[in-house]
Amino acid sequence: MNIEKFKPAIVYTIYIASTPEKVWEALTSAEFSRKYFSGFAIEAELRVGGAFIARAPDGSVHISGEVFECDPPKRLTITWNVNWPDLVEKLGPTLVTYEIEQAGDAVKLTMLQSHDRPIDDDILSGGRAGWPAILSNLKSLLETGAPLAIRMEPPRRMLAALKKLGIGTP
Amino acid sequence: MRKPEFIYVSYIETTPEKLWEALTSSEFTKRYWWGTSVVSDWKVGSPFKLVMNGTTTDDGEVLEVDPPRRLSYSFHHVLNERAKQEQPSRVTFVLEPHGKLVKLTLTHEGFAPDSVVLDGISQGWPAILSSLKSLLESGTALAIPLSCMAG
Repeated sequence: MNIEKFKPAIVYTIYIASTPEKVWEALTSAEFSRKYFSGFAIEAELRVGGAFIARAPDGSVHISGEVFECDPPKRLTITWNVNWPDLVEKLGPTLVTYEIEQAGDAVKLTMLQSHDRPIDDDILSGGRAGWPAILSNLKSLLETGAPLAIRMEPPRRMLAALKKLGIGTP
Repeated sequence: MRKPEFIYVSYIETTPEKLWEALTSSEFTKRYWWGTSVVSDWKVGSPFKLVMNGTTTDDGEVLEVDPPRRLSYSFHHVLNERAKQEQPSRVTFVLEPHGKLVKLTLTHEGFAPDSVVLDGISQGWPAILSSLKSLLESGTALAIPLSCMAG
């Protein structure tokens, strides 16, 4: 897979009172991710070619991917493929890049969700709703020690668009 | 192509009333917005301006005021020579209760193609709204150097 062909479709930047090392750990460890990512456990083999998984609270693998760039604590690029039947076949892989930079006493975290083809706004609405919630929560957790109580509605617009394409959704 | 606009969503542990005050009172904005005052009487049709250390950086007109739910103003940058030539854009804040949190949605729209203001505000808003969230949740705003916004 040539990651040069991927273009960012969603970009979200957030500044956090923390260190690059702590932000990196929060993005790559199950202990942290369960607290800010709806109970999902991130299991990452932090080397190029390593496996990247987000495990649902019921133990099933919800997102599976591979590490493409790994430069701790500055840059991580992974494939972020939701395990719904035919999703990758029909939409291509989803690439997620985290960029972590020092910004004065704070840390600038930029998330880029990229695709190798144009993706419909209805489908992107899922990520546009999800990333701000996940990363707002990560920021609160690192700054105050307590995650937010965000209850997210299912991404109905995205699910309807996927269904129309014949992709198996819950 | 999507239209030239910038949308930013943040979830903040606060009340809509406190968030409204933080967006409209200079006492708050000076703490999280590089010392910037927001100057307006917040009546529809009234002038609005942003003043940083005594210098007006942006001005406009109040377009919608529905506390603590919705605030909108026109936005015209007045410092940078090239940005000054651009048409005014529009800033809208929508505050929605979300359980014990508030979902804040900022939409900044109405830009010409290749707008330099759009580039600038796309860098500025995430820093300003991240600092605002920190101030409301932890009592301490972020110290993000303004120099981090360049380029």
